Amino acid sequence: MTMTQTVTPVAVPARATARWQLLARRATFLIGAAILVFWIVCAIFGESIAAYSPLAQSLLAANTGPSAAHWFGTDQLGRDMLARVITGSREILVVTFLATLLGTVCGTALGLAMGYFGGALDLIASRVVEAVLALPSVIVAFLFIVALGPSTVTLVIVIGFIFTPLIARTVRAAVLAERDLDYLPAARLLGAGAWSVMFVEILPNVLPAILVEFSVRLGYAIFAVATLSFLGFGIQPPTPDWGSDIAANYGVLAAGYWWETLFPALAIASLIVAVNLITDSMEQVMSS
Amino acid sequence: MAAFLLRRFGLMLLTLWLLSLIVFFAGQILPGDPGRAILGPLAAQNAVHSLDVQLGVDRPLLTRYFSWLGGIFHGDLGLSYSFRAPVAPFVWHALFNSLKLAALAFVVVVPLGIGGGVLAALRAGRLTDRVISVTGLTLATVPEFVSGIVVIVLFAVTWKLLPVTASAGAGASPGAQFQHLILPAIPLIFVLFGYFARMTRAGTIDVLAADYTRTAVLKGLPRRTVLLRHVLRNSLLPTITVIATQTGYLIGGLVVVEKLFNYQGIGLLIYNAAQSKDFPMLMAGVLTVGVVYALATLAADLLLIALSPRLRTAAIGHSGTEPKGGGAA
Repeated sequence: MTMTQTVTPVAVPARATARWQLLARRATFLIGAAILVFWIVCAIFGESIAAYSPLAQSLLAANTGPSAAHWFGTDQLGRDMLARVITGSREILVVTFLATLLGTVCGTALGLAMGYFGGALDLIASRVVEAVLALPSVIVAFLFIVALGPSTVTLVIVIGFIFTPLIARTVRAAVLAERDLDYLPAARLLGAGAWSVMFVEILPNVLPAILVEFSVRLGYAIFAVATLSFLGFGIQPPTPDWGSDIAANYGVLAAGYWWETLFPALAIASLIVAVNLITDSMEQVMSS
Repeated sequence: MAAFLLRRFGLMLLTLWLLSLIVFFAGQILPGDPGRAILGPLAAQNAVHSLDVQLGVDRPLLTRYFSWLGGIFHGDLGLSYSFRAPVAPFVWHALFNSLKLAALAFVVVVPLGIGGGVLAALRAGRLTDRVISVTGLTLATVPEFVSGIVVIVLFAVTWKLLPVTASAGAGASPGAQFQHLILPAIPLIFVLFGYFARMTRAGTIDVLAADYTRTAVLKGLPRRTVLLRHVLRNSLLPTITVIATQTGYLIGGLVVVEKLFNYQGIGLLIYNAAQSKDFPMLMAGVLTVGVVYALATLAADLLLIALSPRLRTAAIGHSGTEPKGGGAA
């Protein structure tokens, strides 16, 4: 019983362009893309946009509410929350993008090989993938991050490797749908080797499925990194980061200092919703 | 049938064995010298060495692995570094607390998610469907600590309706305990609602389009009968798998929620053990969670086969429950 069978339409250049046009006409895609672009701009130019440095402390101005000078208020060390929210987008975007990219590249290579060669390789790799999938991945991530010590590199590698089997499974299913099509024997008759058939012939045709998978995983990665940062095992202070800012400030919620947690929380929510809007419209366009 | 059960059970044992290897690898090899980790960088080398001998970590790796694994089969999960006491009672106590919280979340979210999903499927493409789908998607993707903070601000700080901590204290009445668990359950319910509603909606739409549903309608059966007898019975099958695989997510969610609400469950136990590098406690906690997860997916597979005659006969070709890339992956 197959739970998700990704059916990939054969992509020819004309259809790929048509697909982008369809995507660009969807309101959900445009809204999602606009929010994502906004955060990417903040990540790149954060320091120049913000009126204050995200690290500049001012103990005299600690815990002040939103005002004309500090739109989002200040935190317990008197740091400007608006500056921290703006620059807080950088680390999480970099980490999640790299982790998802690592998982997608490894997963695509593994999935292509499993689907193309089949046989013993597929059988053994499928069993290993199945076993890894059966472990609660958050817990495994947690265990390795604790053992290796939290750092940006650890986060990228651990999340990337957890995503690898998930992406490999999707790519394998997409490759299996392609394997019996006529263009593959034709390419082989023309003398193309296994590598060239996999990466030159099959890969472009399963690319739409991989793109959707990338965007799905990116959403999960943001969720995971934000959660790990909140727990203190992700991005480390004083680097501005939404998850660790919430962890540092939720203790003073009861005292009424809601702005110190609410704005980073809204930032996380907006980024995740944006990625999901993009994913959702991509899935709908691909399946139409 | 028997062959399938045997295969499914074998697969579960394989998974658990793999988990034990991963847990042992991460817990024993990566941290380096446990004696050094406990006593700190300033302790004398001979003190570190005698502690290592006392903990048995000076023995060869394989010996340690098998003695650890053998201990588990006798209910001995090792000694906690932090408490210098057996780990097992802590783990059982925490697991029991977590099960209470998880049960409350499931009791609320299962009917809510299934109901929402069926309603959305019946009104597919219309406003009701869009509202349920978009709300579900949004709730499912917002991390628990974000929604948890919002409910704390609203219900505990602003309106002062419910307590902000999850544990009611020793000897509290079941009613008081329940009241303390309402707020922590909400973030879990939010995330799970989206998944359940989405799967139920997809399953129901498939079944509504199936030939046998059309036949049932055309032969003049009342709408209610068609829905209950023909549609729901078939459309809920995938949902069962999702419910089971979401226990994997739930465990990740519990770490966050229990930390946020300071609730002495398995999530907080794992978190605290990780914070204090108490590896025996951490390993025991993670392994327990893995066993619970494996049992949940096994139970779901068996239930699925019991409910679906088609699977009962075709079970031999079945490859087990695969998680659908759960929540906080």
